[in-house]
Amino acid sequence: MVIRHNVTRSTELLEPVVYSLSDHGKNKVNPPRPFEAIELGDVDRPLVNHDLPDLPDISEVEVVRHYTRLSRLNYAIDLGMYPLGSCTMKYNPKISEKVAAKIGNIHPGDTEAMQTILGLLSNLEAHLEEICGMDACTLWPAAGAHGELTGMMIIKKAMVERGEDRREVLIPDTAHGTNPASCTIAGFKAVKVPSGDKGYLEASTLRKLINEDVAALMITNPNTLGIFEQDIAEISELLHENGSYLYMDGANMNALMGIARPGEMGVDCMHLNLHKTFASPHGGGGPGSGPVLVKDELAPYLPMPWIVKDEEERFRLLTNAPQSIGMIHSGLGNLSVLMKTLSYISSLGGKGIREAAEVSVLIANYMKKCLKDSYYLPYDTPTLHEFVLTDKYQKERGVTTMDIAKALMDFGFHPPTVYFPLVVTGAMMIEPTETEPLDEIERFIDAMKQIDELSRKDPGAFSSIPRATPVSRVDEVWAARRLVLTWDMVESIMGEPPSK
Amino acid sequence: MSYVSLNQEEKERLFEKLGITNTGDLFKTIPERFLLERDLKIPGPYDEQTIESMLSSNPSRVVFAGGGIYRHYIPAVVDTIASRQEFYTSYTPYQPEISQGTLQVIFEYQSMMTRLMHMDVSNASMYDGATALAEACLMAIRAKKVKRILLSKSINPAYRSVVRTYLRSIDGLEVEEVPFDSITGQVDLDVLKKATMANKRSAFFIQSPNYFGIIEPMDEVASIMQDAAFWGIVVTEAISLGIMRPPGDYGPDVVVGDAQSFGNPPSAGGPLLGFFCTKREYIRSMPGRLVGLTRDKDGRQAFCLTLATREQHIRREKATSNICSNQGLCVLRAAVYLSTVGPRGLRTIAEQCASGARYLLALLGKRGIGTVFTGPVFNEFVLRIDDGSRERASQAGIVPGIRIDEYYPELTDSQLITVTEMNSERDCKWLLDIM
Repeated sequence: MVIRHNVTRSTELLEPVVYSLSDHGKNKVNPPRPFEAIELGDVDRPLVNHDLPDLPDISEVEVVRHYTRLSRLNYAIDLGMYPLGSCTMKYNPKISEKVAAKIGNIHPGDTEAMQTILGLLSNLEAHLEEICGMDACTLWPAAGAHGELTGMMIIKKAMVERGEDRREVLIPDTAHGTNPASCTIAGFKAVKVPSGDKGYLEASTLRKLINEDVAALMITNPNTLGIFEQDIAEISELLHENGSYLYMDGANMNALMGIARPGEMGVDCMHLNLHKTFASPHGGGGPGSGPVLVKDELAPYLPMPWIVKDEEERFRLLTNAPQSIGMIHSGLGNLSVLMKTLSYISSLGGKGIREAAEVSVLIANYMKKCLKDSYYLPYDTPTLHEFVLTDKYQKERGVTTMDIAKALMDFGFHPPTVYFPLVVTGAMMIEPTETEPLDEIERFIDAMKQIDELSRKDPGAFSSIPRATPVSRVDEVWAARRLVLTWDMVESIMGEPPSK
Repeated sequence: MSYVSLNQEEKERLFEKLGITNTGDLFKTIPERFLLERDLKIPGPYDEQTIESMLSSNPSRVVFAGGGIYRHYIPAVVDTIASRQEFYTSYTPYQPEISQGTLQVIFEYQSMMTRLMHMDVSNASMYDGATALAEACLMAIRAKKVKRILLSKSINPAYRSVVRTYLRSIDGLEVEEVPFDSITGQVDLDVLKKATMANKRSAFFIQSPNYFGIIEPMDEVASIMQDAAFWGIVVTEAISLGIMRPPGDYGPDVVVGDAQSFGNPPSAGGPLLGFFCTKREYIRSMPGRLVGLTRDKDGRQAFCLTLATREQHIRREKATSNICSNQGLCVLRAAVYLSTVGPRGLRTIAEQCASGARYLLALLGKRGIGTVFTGPVFNEFVLRIDDGSRERASQAGIVPGIRIDEYYPELTDSQLITVTEMNSERDCKWLLDIM
């Protein structure tokens, strides 16, 4: 395959903004009308809007075509490989979607229907505890970052209960940006820790930095270079001797499940990303789910409500745990994502879970081996489920990581995670996952090699890439300067009236 | 079922290329004592049919429960579009050239939400209404240096609890509650006035319709708030926007809450759809993702995530929030829902909710059963229900609302009853039978 220079992009592919399709009287929806419409009394009248809500007025056919056309402008796992490092874009089983839809109509106030669901959630807690080797779990955090924040609040609460006012949380420089941001909101000061030349945090570095103000270390394992934190045992000992906690960001748990358990490595508190490791869909940004797991010592601080069993063996939600950090969500977390996870775990069973981790590491290592001659590999420490390459060689020819990312789109692939981790210049972080067919992997490797070839032969060609996508390279600076964030702003900022 | 695509032969081919003999060789960087030497104690694998029958639960026959999470009619179009796998299995739209679908949907959602609220900007959504309110408090503290957060006591109790959880670690910040009038169920305006005058550096938040379903006297509240440093309106039943004045007309700094009612089922408690709308002056201090209009290299319309300089992946510990997701699928459902029901459909649904509540209130009135509060309601109200009635309801497969006395001990035996277009006149009569 070659880069398709001859492709012309059709403007018809683009779709007008929904308001511009609107015209009075086109919408003929017929919602249920079980009640006779009652004229609202005088007491209500001042509160009633005389104008109808300002929504687009379009027919059902137009709605369906509009959104179906928009869907075709997206890349998706179901269209091809999505090798975003640390995002674990694996196949999302369809049975999970069907299972989640089954609980759609249940209101959490429906205590009878919730009995069954609380029982299922209780099983899920047990499964996640088993996978992580931890003692207790909360399922309510609605995303990975929400889980991190919950974990940091738990550690903060533990400090308060101990009568200590430790302020610092140590975070390796390879960490996700959410780690320091979550620390700040929980009231800690994030302190950056350099990872060494080998690409992992060395115990000797920690020994120099640790002090009595350190509440915790927040570590991602394997880290965002795909490298297992080999000093983890010594690190956890150092922390515990110092009265500090070891927090693990479980973003990369796909490499470890069924292989090794964080709880046994001395982790006190961690979160999982169910939308990564446990195959629930990303849905264009959410909803995710970020359960937090802890050791017994931290269990009293878990957020409420707690799923408990009463004397009659009925499940109920406990809302008055005295030492809990409180509530973190107004419903029960992202229940449908939890159901998808339970479905996924049930599909695989214990052995299948381990196989997923093994194959994800096998494929990633194969890809690394095939690509490391064409692209610079900044660390030669063995890696697990993902690895980082850079544009060092291509940059000498004027071709950057961003160019390589955009060129991959013309080969029908989503690019890897780019320019992250920050410690690596021009990083490309590649995570293929276990569900990719070997043919797709070979095609990706081939595409990467062809892109390298093109950087030698015709580096100038990259300026007009991508060509096979619905739009050409998007001007993000223009967007940030003008800030046109709604249809109404199209008129006020750009001087063009929104037509409808 | 395994979702691994490699067969044994392919696995072995990769082993050979890597010069290893088994998968154990891939994990040599993990200290041996941490390697799990047994299988995980997790049952399975199960087939799809078994999974489906294991993981299900049926709702009760008649449900009058709401209180922040609502059952509403969802047009078939919503499920059809939301199950398009191009939306369902895509990632956060960091690469705009191949994410225009998701990006434009979010832009349209932002456009519809701001027009419904009469506010300038909306972010691409938050986890739920409670965390949206907590983020609004954090923004008030950041942008206006407020030292005290005043929450109307008739804001959803779960929301208030979440706010306290989020704000606990901020030194020197006070979180106080403004009581409600025990007769009307509306905010106590005198207390509010005094509290606002006492401390200029306060931020005040009020929910309308409030947790008791009662519509707050917003004109009076707005006039008290004229000199406030910061104030916000919370909306948890988004369907109310189909009939009530847009909250932005009262001049708040933020309107936050939950839009789950727009095309998202209750799903036993989530996912929900937190929304966050604010004024233009706060764009740079607001949390969450934003999608902006732009152009591509050839000058065509395009969309992309913008103002990432506020966000955690750029600013790390100095970010406006740690949030790194939006409720993408829920946003999609809301956008498709609002486009499908349109202006008259949303008005009709809101009228049906209000009419249903009034129908049930009239039935109760004829029986001499009065509500706990006298204030005007949208589609929810508070009743006293004794244990006997609760027991009869449960036996009849009826969920007579949700208990609220746990959060308001002064309101003994109180129950919040919610009527939507999913109920019927017959449901109301059944409920009356058990009272």
